[in-house]
Amino acid sequence: MKETILLIALTLFMVAIAILLYRVIMGPSMPDRAIALDTIGVNLISAIAIVSILLKTKAFLEAILILGILAFIGTIAFSKYIERGVIVERKGDS
Amino acid sequence: MKTNDVILQFTAKIVFFMIFFYAVHIFFAGHYTPGGGFVGGLVTASAIVLLIIAFDIKTVQSIIPINYIYLVAVGLIIAGATAAFSMIMGKPFFTHYFDYFNLPILGKTSLHTAALFDLGVYLVVVGVTMTIIQTIGEDE
Repeated sequence: MKETILLIALTLFMVAIAILLYRVIMGPSMPDRAIALDTIGVNLISAIAIVSILLKTKAFLEAILILGILAFIGTIAFSKYIERGVIVERKGDS
Repeated sequence: MKTNDVILQFTAKIVFFMIFFYAVHIFFAGHYTPGGGFVGGLVTASAIVLLIIAFDIKTVQSIIPINYIYLVAVGLIIAGATAAFSMIMGKPFFTHYFDYFNLPILGKTSLHTAALFDLGVYLVVVGVTMTIIQTIGEDE
Protein backbone atom coordinates (compact mmCIF):
# COMPACT_ATOMS: atom_id res chain seq x y z
CA MET A 1 0.00 0.00 0.00
CA LYS A 2 2.71 2.47 1.02
CA GLU A 3 4.81 1.41 -1.94
CA THR A 4 1.92 2.03 -4.33
CA ILE A 5 1.45 5.55 -2.99
CA LEU A 6 5.17 6.25 -3.35
CA LEU A 7 5.22 4.92 -6.90
CA ILE A 8 2.23 7.11 -7.82
CA ALA A 9 4.02 10.16 -6.37
CA LEU A 10 7.18 9.27 -8.29
CA THR A 11 5.19 9.01 -11.51
CA LEU A 12 3.62 12.40 -10.86
CA PHE A 13 7.05 13.94 -10.32
CA MET A 14 8.19 12.45 -13.64
CA VAL A 15 5.13 13.95 -15.36
CA ALA A 16 5.97 17.35 -13.82
CA ILE A 17 9.57 17.10 -15.05
CA ALA A 18 8.32 16.21 -18.54
CA ILE A 19 6.03 19.25 -18.58
CA LEU A 20 8.91 21.45 -17.37
CA LEU A 21 11.13 20.00 -20.11
CA TYR A 22 8.57 21.31 -22.62
CA ARG A 23 9.02 24.77 -21.08
CA VAL A 24 12.83 24.44 -21.29
CA ILE A 25 12.71 23.55 -24.98
CA MET A 26 9.85 25.77 -26.18
CA GLY A 27 10.21 28.65 -23.70
CA PRO A 28 9.94 31.99 -25.52
CA SER A 29 12.52 33.82 -23.36
CA MET A 30 15.66 32.95 -21.41
CA PRO A 31 14.26 33.62 -17.87
CA ASP A 32 11.54 31.04 -18.60
CA ARG A 33 14.22 28.45 -19.27
CA ALA A 34 16.23 29.38 -16.15
CA ILE A 35 13.19 29.09 -13.86
CA ALA A 36 12.17 25.81 -15.52
CA LEU A 37 15.66 24.37 -14.91
CA ASP A 38 15.53 25.47 -11.24
CA THR A 39 12.16 23.78 -10.81
CA ILE A 40 13.47 20.62 -12.46
CA GLY A 41 16.22 20.61 -9.81
CA VAL A 42 13.69 20.88 -6.98
CA ASN A 43 11.57 18.08 -8.50
CA LEU A 44 14.68 15.89 -8.79
CA ILE A 45 15.39 16.45 -5.08
CA SER A 46 11.87 15.25 -4.24
CA ALA A 47 12.22 12.25 -6.54
CA ILE A 48 15.51 11.26 -4.89
CA ALA A 49 13.84 11.51 -1.47
CA ILE A 50 11.04 9.17 -2.58
CA VAL A 51 13.53 6.72 -4.09
CA SER A 52 15.48 6.68 -0.84
CA ILE A 53 12.26 5.82 1.03
CA LEU A 54 11.53 3.04 -1.48
CA LEU A 55 15.02 1.56 -1.12
CA LYS A 56 14.93 1.98 2.72
CA THR A 57 18.33 3.69 2.87
CA LYS A 58 19.77 6.92 4.26
CA ALA A 59 22.68 7.04 1.81
CA PHE A 60 20.99 9.52 -0.55
CA LEU A 61 20.46 12.35 1.97
CA GLU A 62 23.87 13.88 1.19
CA ALA A 63 23.04 13.76 -2.53
CA ILE A 64 19.81 15.66 -1.80
CA LEU A 65 21.66 18.45 0.06
CA ILE A 66 24.40 18.72 -2.57
CA LEU A 67 21.81 18.86 -5.37
CA GLY A 68 20.04 21.68 -3.52
CA ILE A 69 23.31 23.64 -3.22
CA LEU A 70 24.18 23.11 -6.88
CA ALA A 71 20.69 24.07 -8.11
CA PHE A 72 20.91 27.30 -6.06
CA ILE A 73 24.34 28.27 -7.39
CA GLY A 74 23.43 27.32 -10.96
CA THR A 75 20.28 29.42 -10.89
CA ILE A 76 22.21 32.41 -9.50
CA ALA A 77 24.84 32.04 -12.23
CA PHE A 78 22.16 31.84 -14.95
CA SER A 79 20.30 34.89 -13.65
CA LYS A 80 23.49 36.93 -13.32
CA TYR A 81 24.42 36.04 -16.89
CA ILE A 82 20.96 37.07 -18.12
CA GLU A 83 21.05 40.39 -16.22
CA ARG A 84 24.71 41.49 -16.63
CA GLY A 85 26.01 39.43 -19.55
CA VAL A 86 28.97 38.29 -17.43
CA ILE A 87 29.13 35.78 -14.56
CA VAL A 88 32.52 36.56 -12.95
CA GLU A 89 33.22 40.26 -12.64
CA ARG A 90 36.83 41.28 -12.49
CA LYS A 91 36.55 44.47 -10.47
CA GLY A 92 33.69 45.76 -8.33
CA ASP A 93 32.72 49.16 -9.68
CA SER A 94 28.96 48.81 -9.22
CA MET B 1 22.67 51.78 -15.31
CA LYS B 2 23.56 51.27 -11.68
CA THR B 3 22.40 47.96 -10.30
CA ASN B 4 22.24 47.07 -6.63
CA ASP B 5 22.23 43.40 -5.62
CA VAL B 6 22.07 43.75 -1.84
CA ILE B 7 19.80 40.70 -1.38
CA LEU B 8 22.16 38.44 -3.31
CA GLN B 9 25.22 39.67 -1.40
CA PHE B 10 23.55 39.34 2.03
CA THR B 11 22.29 35.84 1.16
CA ALA B 12 25.72 34.80 -0.09
CA LYS B 13 27.37 35.96 3.15
CA ILE B 14 25.16 33.62 5.21
CA VAL B 15 24.87 30.68 2.80
CA PHE B 16 28.66 30.59 2.32
CA PHE B 17 29.20 29.46 5.92
CA MET B 18 26.39 26.88 5.72
CA ILE B 19 27.88 25.33 2.57
CA PHE B 20 31.44 25.47 3.96
CA PHE B 21 30.60 23.75 7.26
CA TYR B 22 28.54 21.14 5.36
CA ALA B 23 31.65 20.49 3.22
CA VAL B 24 33.72 20.03 6.40
CA HIS B 25 31.08 17.59 7.67
CA ILE B 26 31.19 15.63 4.38
CA PHE B 27 34.99 15.52 4.58
CA PHE B 28 35.16 14.14 8.12
CA ALA B 29 32.20 11.75 7.71
CA GLY B 30 33.70 10.17 4.60
CA HIS B 31 35.05 7.11 6.41
CA TYR B 32 31.69 5.71 7.51
CA THR B 33 29.06 7.41 5.30
CA PRO B 34 29.02 8.64 1.66
CA GLY B 35 31.36 11.54 1.05
CA GLY B 36 35.07 12.06 1.40
CA GLY B 37 37.81 14.31 0.14
CA PHE B 38 36.64 14.68 -3.46
CA VAL B 39 33.04 15.70 -2.77
CA GLY B 40 34.09 17.86 0.18
CA GLY B 41 36.58 19.71 -2.00
CA LEU B 42 34.02 20.27 -4.73
CA VAL B 43 31.41 21.61 -2.28
CA THR B 44 34.04 23.94 -0.73
CA ALA B 45 34.94 25.19 -4.21
CA SER B 46 31.26 25.79 -4.97
CA ALA B 47 30.97 27.87 -1.78
CA ILE B 48 33.86 30.06 -2.95
CA VAL B 49 32.27 30.24 -6.42
CA LEU B 50 29.10 31.54 -4.78
CA LEU B 51 31.16 34.36 -3.21
CA ILE B 52 32.81 35.08 -6.57
CA ILE B 53 29.41 35.31 -8.29
CA ALA B 54 27.89 37.52 -5.59
CA PHE B 55 30.90 39.85 -5.31
CA ASP B 56 33.82 40.10 -7.74
CA ILE B 57 37.15 38.39 -8.12
CA LYS B 58 39.31 41.10 -6.51
CA THR B 59 37.16 41.22 -3.37
CA VAL B 60 37.21 37.45 -2.95
CA GLN B 61 41.00 37.41 -3.39
CA SER B 62 41.33 39.97 -0.61
CA ILE B 63 38.93 37.97 1.62
CA ILE B 64 40.65 34.60 0.99
CA PRO B 65 44.31 35.49 0.21
CA ILE B 66 45.39 32.06 -1.07
CA ASN B 67 47.32 31.29 -4.23
CA TYR B 68 45.46 28.14 -5.30
CA ILE B 69 48.38 26.74 -7.31
CA TYR B 70 50.38 26.51 -4.07
CA LEU B 71 47.35 24.79 -2.50
CA VAL B 72 47.62 22.03 -5.14
CA ALA B 73 51.33 21.63 -4.32
CA VAL B 74 50.67 21.43 -0.56
CA GLY B 75 47.96 18.81 -1.12
CA LEU B 76 50.23 16.67 -3.29
CA ILE B 77 53.03 16.91 -0.70
CA ILE B 78 50.68 15.86 2.13
CA ALA B 79 49.32 12.87 0.15
CA GLY B 80 52.79 11.79 -0.95
CA ALA B 81 54.27 12.16 2.53
CA THR B 82 51.46 10.07 4.02
CA ALA B 83 52.17 7.33 1.49
CA ALA B 84 55.94 7.55 1.97
CA PHE B 85 55.78 7.53 5.80
CA SER B 86 55.15 3.77 5.83
CA MET B 87 58.25 3.21 3.67
CA ILE B 88 60.37 4.93 6.32
CA MET B 89 58.85 2.62 8.95
CA GLY B 90 59.84 -0.46 6.90
CA LYS B 91 56.36 -1.38 5.63
CA PRO B 92 55.17 -1.43 1.99
CA PHE B 93 54.16 1.79 0.21
CA PHE B 94 50.71 3.16 1.23
CA THR B 95 50.41 1.08 4.41
CA HIS B 96 48.01 2.91 6.72
CA TYR B 97 47.90 2.94 10.51
CA PHE B 98 45.05 3.50 12.90
CA ASP B 99 44.55 3.47 16.64
CA TYR B 100 42.08 4.57 19.30
CA PHE B 101 42.78 7.68 21.33
CA ASN B 102 41.06 9.35 24.25
CA LEU B 103 40.67 12.97 23.21
CA PRO B 104 39.76 15.57 25.88
CA ILE B 105 36.29 16.60 24.61
CA LEU B 106 35.41 14.07 21.91
CA GLY B 107 36.07 10.96 24.02
CA LYS B 108 37.21 7.67 22.47
CA THR B 109 38.02 8.36 18.81
CA SER B 110 39.67 6.26 16.11
CA LEU B 111 42.27 8.27 14.23
CA HIS B 112 43.37 6.90 10.86
CA THR B 113 46.17 8.06 8.58
CA ALA B 114 43.81 7.66 5.59
CA ALA B 115 42.26 10.95 6.78
CA LEU B 116 45.60 12.67 6.11
CA PHE B 117 45.65 11.25 2.58
CA ASP B 118 42.06 12.47 2.17
CA LEU B 119 43.17 15.93 3.32
CA GLY B 120 45.66 15.95 0.45
CA VAL B 121 42.92 14.98 -2.01
CA TYR B 122 40.69 17.74 -0.58
CA LEU B 123 43.34 20.45 -1.01
CA VAL B 124 44.18 19.31 -4.57
CA VAL B 125 40.50 19.32 -5.62
CA VAL B 126 39.87 22.80 -4.15
CA GLY B 127 43.06 24.16 -5.73
CA VAL B 128 42.45 22.74 -9.20
CA THR B 129 38.79 23.82 -9.34
CA MET B 130 39.50 27.36 -8.15
CA THR B 131 42.49 27.71 -10.48
CA ILE B 132 40.35 26.74 -13.48
CA ILE B 133 37.52 29.11 -12.53
CA GLN B 134 39.81 32.06 -11.72
CA THR B 135 41.82 31.61 -14.91
CA ILE B 136 38.69 31.57 -17.06
CA GLY B 137 37.04 34.41 -15.12
CA GLU B 138 40.03 36.78 -15.25
CA ASP B 139 40.23 36.56 -19.03
CA GLU B 140 39.52 39.95 -20.55
